[in-house]
Amino acid sequence: MAVKFEKKEEGVYTLDVTGYVCPHPQLYTKKALEKLQSGEILEVVFDNPSSSESISAMCDSNGNEIIEKQMEGGKFTFKIKKA
Amino acid sequence: METVSKKNRNWAFAIVGFFVLVSIVSYGFHEYYVYLQAYLWFGFIYGMCLQYGRFCFASAFRDLFAVGVPRMVVGIMIATVLFGFTSAFVNATGWSTFHPAPTSIHAMIAGVFFGVGMVFAGGCASGSLYKTGEGNGVSLMVILSISVTQAIFVDVGGFFNNFVPQSWKESALQKGLPPSINVADGWIDQYLAGYVWNQPVLRFAEMLGMKTDSIKGAFIGNLFIGVVIPALLLLIWVYLFWVKKNVVRKVEKEGRSVTLADHIQGFWGMIAASKRTALAGLFLGIACGLQMFVIEGLRMKFGVKNAGTILARLGFDYGLSAKGTVFDPGYWYVTTQEAQWVGWTLHKIFGWNFMDNIFFGWVNGIPNPAFNPADWMSVALIGGAAVMALLHNEFKFKKPTKELAIWAIIGGFFMGIGSRLALGCNVGAFFVRTAQGDPSGWLFGIGMIGGAYIGVKFFNWWTERKMAKEMAGLELEL
Repeated sequence: MAVKFEKKEEGVYTLDVTGYVCPHPQLYTKKALEKLQSGEILEVVFDNPSSSESISAMCDSNGNEIIEKQMEGGKFTFKIKKA
Repeated sequence: METVSKKNRNWAFAIVGFFVLVSIVSYGFHEYYVYLQAYLWFGFIYGMCLQYGRFCFASAFRDLFAVGVPRMVVGIMIATVLFGFTSAFVNATGWSTFHPAPTSIHAMIAGVFFGVGMVFAGGCASGSLYKTGEGNGVSLMVILSISVTQAIFVDVGGFFNNFVPQSWKESALQKGLPPSINVADGWIDQYLAGYVWNQPVLRFAEMLGMKTDSIKGAFIGNLFIGVVIPALLLLIWVYLFWVKKNVVRKVEKEGRSVTLADHIQGFWGMIAASKRTALAGLFLGIACGLQMFVIEGLRMKFGVKNAGTILARLGFDYGLSAKGTVFDPGYWYVTTQEAQWVGWTLHKIFGWNFMDNIFFGWVNGIPNPAFNPADWMSVALIGGAAVMALLHNEFKFKKPTKELAIWAIIGGFFMGIGSRLALGCNVGAFFVRTAQGDPSGWLFGIGMIGGAYIGVKFFNWWTERKMAKEMAGLELEL
């Protein structure tokens, strides 16, 4: 397991931090969002439950919009649109 | 919302059923087991509350510094005030089982060790317990690391005696401890008996000339002055440095200037955003206060002052301290019982003599974990968190990877050191003490915040470095 950051399609990137515990998922999400352009989408995949609240609160505070939240079998996928 | 699977529901029932069975069977042996069952069921409640509220002290200060999220620190402050309220009630009745700790700079230094450790480990002592209940293998490794570090740290002597100031050694020797403790050999022994025990033991009520077990002392001295005011100051600091700028940005977007009413609304918004943690904190606070009542009531019923007497009456006198006591705080505690089971295991398997130090031999003992009341609390805490996680489909077994295992061991090591220097962790040395109006709790908290800041600075550098590697080759501005 290692952190995976990939370009999925034009303007859409995937950050997979499955297996990581706090604070890694939220820190990697913050760092990845800092690199994206306004309007681009970041899909974050993680399985650490407490990171879901932290990432949501971080996006709310920075003005980034979470356009989709999925949770299945303990795995979370958040689609975040950079402000 | 995802519905709870049948498998998860069955596992949740199985865990609850197991604890019910343990309670019934043990009661069948002797009514004394009610004492251990009280610890068990309060532990279970703590586990459920912690998992529901994601109640983690590491998250509180780390997320504030790392990603600017104040949610958890606000929730924990609310919980501390609520626990302070129930504690004031218990204190005023004179039924409290709490003993304040010596207050000095040692608590702050210990807090720094603990703060760095909890950021590295990804969870505090109580957070790691509840996350173990979520199936997190990394958190289990953190607990193991804290436990082993503590057990060994309290027993190191020999070469480490060279680092003991002469004044500590002389003072420790004057304390009249029994020869079995051998106080002149052991860094922690001489630190405790030669330094910590010489520090003042006080509470805000007593500092202001009030009695802790009076209504005035409990509610005004300890609660209002010792808990509410410092918590409010901390929340104002968080608002000014992390939340205010967002409020100003939102108001300016509306094309008007910021008023005091906007700030009051913004401050309230910050409080309300921590609803889930605060709700968990409310139940934690009530449960913590109630546990003090129940344990004190049981002590009166059985005519004992410590669980060591109960264990001796049940025929389990192995591992009792020289005073005949075992660790029996009467309220929520995390780290001491973890050190005890390692001490017991190493004592039993390798014959390592852990009874020649103050921590085990004079105060806490190393009883069999199967009959250790505080261990019943910790195991049930993990069980309670597992039940809550299963009922929210958040339970998932996660094996620790090499990278996270290394962080868990390093973080657990620092937390273990910090816990023993402070005589408690984020729960025993911070949450419980601050809520009881013990100033040493706030000193530990200030150190913990400083330690978390140092830990976050390091992790920011680490994450930046790894992301740069991962993003190399992509068309991004790095």
